[in-house]
Amino acid sequence: MSVVAPSIGAPADRIEGRDKVAGKATYAFEYEQVNVAYAAIVQSSIAKGTVRAVDSAAALALPGVLAVLSHENAPTLSAEGELAVLQSLEVSYRGQIVAAVIADSLETARHAGQLVRVDYDVAQHDVELRPDHPRLYKPDRVNPNFPTDSEQGDVEQALATATITVDETYTTPAQHNNPMEPHATIAVWENDGLTLYDSNQGAWRVAQTLAPIFGIDVGQVRVISPHVGGGFGSKGTPRPHAVLAAMCAQHVQRAVKLAVTRQQMFTLTGYRTPTIQRLQLGADRDGRISAIAHDVVEQTSTVQEFAEQTAVATRMMYASPNRRTTHRLVALNLPTPAWMRAPGECPGMYALESALDELAVACDLDPVELRIRNEPDVDPETGNRFSTRNLVACLREGAQRFGWSDRIPEPASRRAARWMVGMGVAAATYPARRAPSTAHANAEADGTFTIRITASDIGTGARTVLTQIAADTLDAPIERVRVEIGDSSSGPAQVAGGSSGTSSWGTAVVKACRLLRAGQTEVSVDTSDDVDGGEPLTKQAFGAHFAEVLVDVDTGEVRVPRMVGVFGCGRIINPKTARSQFIGGMTMGVSMALFEETLLDPHLGAYVNHDLAMYHVPTNADIGEIDVAWIDEEDFAVNPMGAKGLGEIGIVGCAAAVANAVYNATGIRIRDLPITPAKLVGRL
Amino acid sequence: MAELATVTLLINREEHSLELDTRTSLLDLLREHLGLTGAKKGCDHGQCGACTVLIDGRRANACLALAVAHDGAEIVTIEGLAQNGSLHPLQAAFVEHDAFQCGYCTPGQICSAIGMLGEFDAGWPSHVSHDITAPNLDAQEIRERMSGNICRCGAYPNIVAAIEEVSR
Repeated sequence: MSVVAPSIGAPADRIEGRDKVAGKATYAFEYEQVNVAYAAIVQSSIAKGTVRAVDSAAALALPGVLAVLSHENAPTLSAEGELAVLQSLEVSYRGQIVAAVIADSLETARHAGQLVRVDYDVAQHDVELRPDHPRLYKPDRVNPNFPTDSEQGDVEQALATATITVDETYTTPAQHNNPMEPHATIAVWENDGLTLYDSNQGAWRVAQTLAPIFGIDVGQVRVISPHVGGGFGSKGTPRPHAVLAAMCAQHVQRAVKLAVTRQQMFTLTGYRTPTIQRLQLGADRDGRISAIAHDVVEQTSTVQEFAEQTAVATRMMYASPNRRTTHRLVALNLPTPAWMRAPGECPGMYALESALDELAVACDLDPVELRIRNEPDVDPETGNRFSTRNLVACLREGAQRFGWSDRIPEPASRRAARWMVGMGVAAATYPARRAPSTAHANAEADGTFTIRITASDIGTGARTVLTQIAADTLDAPIERVRVEIGDSSSGPAQVAGGSSGTSSWGTAVVKACRLLRAGQTEVSVDTSDDVDGGEPLTKQAFGAHFAEVLVDVDTGEVRVPRMVGVFGCGRIINPKTARSQFIGGMTMGVSMALFEETLLDPHLGAYVNHDLAMYHVPTNADIGEIDVAWIDEEDFAVNPMGAKGLGEIGIVGCAAAVANAVYNATGIRIRDLPITPAKLVGRL
Repeated sequence: MAELATVTLLINREEHSLELDTRTSLLDLLREHLGLTGAKKGCDHGQCGACTVLIDGRRANACLALAVAHDGAEIVTIEGLAQNGSLHPLQAAFVEHDAFQCGYCTPGQICSAIGMLGEFDAGWPSHVSHDITAPNLDAQEIRERMSGNICRCGAYPNIVAAIEEVSR
């Protein structure tokens, strides 16, 4: 019988909270080094071609410059794709790394970087994504490992015979993750090994990736990353600058600090692919869906393939006997797209949930009711049971909290002074995944416990929730539990990505702590045999977004004074940090709906609004009240905590709720994000 | 070419005299020369606010301030807010309200909030003040006045709650 109050479910403050508010939490670029040098990146100024020559003379003439590294003097690496830094003369996108300057001060390195002269043989670039692009192709799989297409029943026949149809194309722009902490690495070679102080979402992944590139054993690479200033996917895999930092440090035989500048982040640290999505729905007059087709066109690069799984959520979201999903890519002379919060689900559910709203209008049906009518009993693609699926409960609870019954279905019916007022709803889903991890746990002589795991806290609260999970498994108060994360020397572990961190690491922590409870004092565990198996179930989190918008009748400005999000994410381990995650996801959802768009200049072949003045993310004044709640749910099929990941579901569907509310406010359907004033003004 | 100049600053109540490259920003002086890494570099262009410190009592982006241009100034950074091991009330409120996630914008948010409360106490109105002669520090005012500090994690509602608690 436990005498210790349970930690799981308690709204514990962040364990590192005091350090963070005191400025004492140390991020990657902040580790003091002896005899440190600074590196600055030189980027290509063309989008396609070859480097003819690199003239380093002016840079090298500057006092304080130690070296200029380019393909001419770079060591040969065993690297591919974006990580093959300075390995080739070929330029595949504008902003590719073509040289680096290493100097004894930050100021000199930056100055010298501007003095490196690179001459090119320029080729004609191709940077524009079009649905009729002649080089569209079908990738073998889409991320992380899904079939590219799916086909059930006879979609064309069902669409041809449906009473009601929707056939619309939705587009989403390129978006950049923009965590507040720019990607940064300090590289130190010592004792034939490499130590990296690095900002990433998985220190083990960084070590595992960089070791073979430099021809050393993974045990010779140590990656230290206790605090990470956000990632949102962009730090999920090592980026080119980390390789470059290690090359520079090796070249000058000194510790080298390299921070990607905010501007450089727009080419070197990944982004969300733009998408062009055609959605077709067929239904009867009561809104029962008979056909869904979701055909996606998106981009990858000529450097390596990235196939975003945009239509995958459509395969399991709603009941329909006939269904098709497809993904087509075109490889362009642009940086390779990469992970950005809820890759796949986020853009895909924007399109699906917008189309559902259009179907509700066409059927003259409440959009909450429409979704409930199309709730499947089992996963419609596989026939598997859902481990838990509380979408209907989320919709009902959200409708109640939001005051959905006050909504006037007829669009453009409400005014408040200059503002047109509207309400919108959309559903959300995200997979509840987990992956193998290792962990070590010690019962110390003083009655405390130490757990070491290469987990990563990018702001999720991982350190705190793992401590709570360990405490409950050990039946100890959290004060007696110390969880050490963010150090690759703790061994293989899942990255902080795919909303799988807590689920994966928590499984390992529980396993290790159960062994301590059974009397062992020092244990190491591996969950490779634990994370699969059992009944085949579809494991997904679900949620519902409700948004109220105000649209300025003269300027077209859209504001979101209040939102409600209700989620079914299994057991909530820490209500305080969980709420922050949901709020943060929804904030990024509003941002997707209204602000974020990286603009391509086809002539330059580049994304041009490459800073925070021109790439708009929300400020405090842009965000209104956000009410977050969750359904009482436990899902022990997902993991022994009964919890589902919740880092990404908050953004999924949120943009559709806002866009649907804009339609309700104005009668104008914007199918091309973001909904900027220019798209509304003059039409209101 | 680096030119050097001697700069003397009072930082967190301690005098520092350094010979500096004249191109050095106040932010890089703090972070790279003095080990005061609490002020963060988020953009280096005055667009994000992560580097906000107090210069002679006013909030400012340290990345846009050349160190040599502030010879003799009094600087307070996040490291200078706690007194005798006790957190400043705003620091404590940020922890209590979970007014951050990754924590990278947090030192700037807190320094900015201190500067903002000083501006409010001095009677400064804002864009959203209904009565510019007597502004009322409600949530809308806080949101407006704190909009120079970006939080990509989206902790804004919690930041507002933390500041509201302290300003009450």
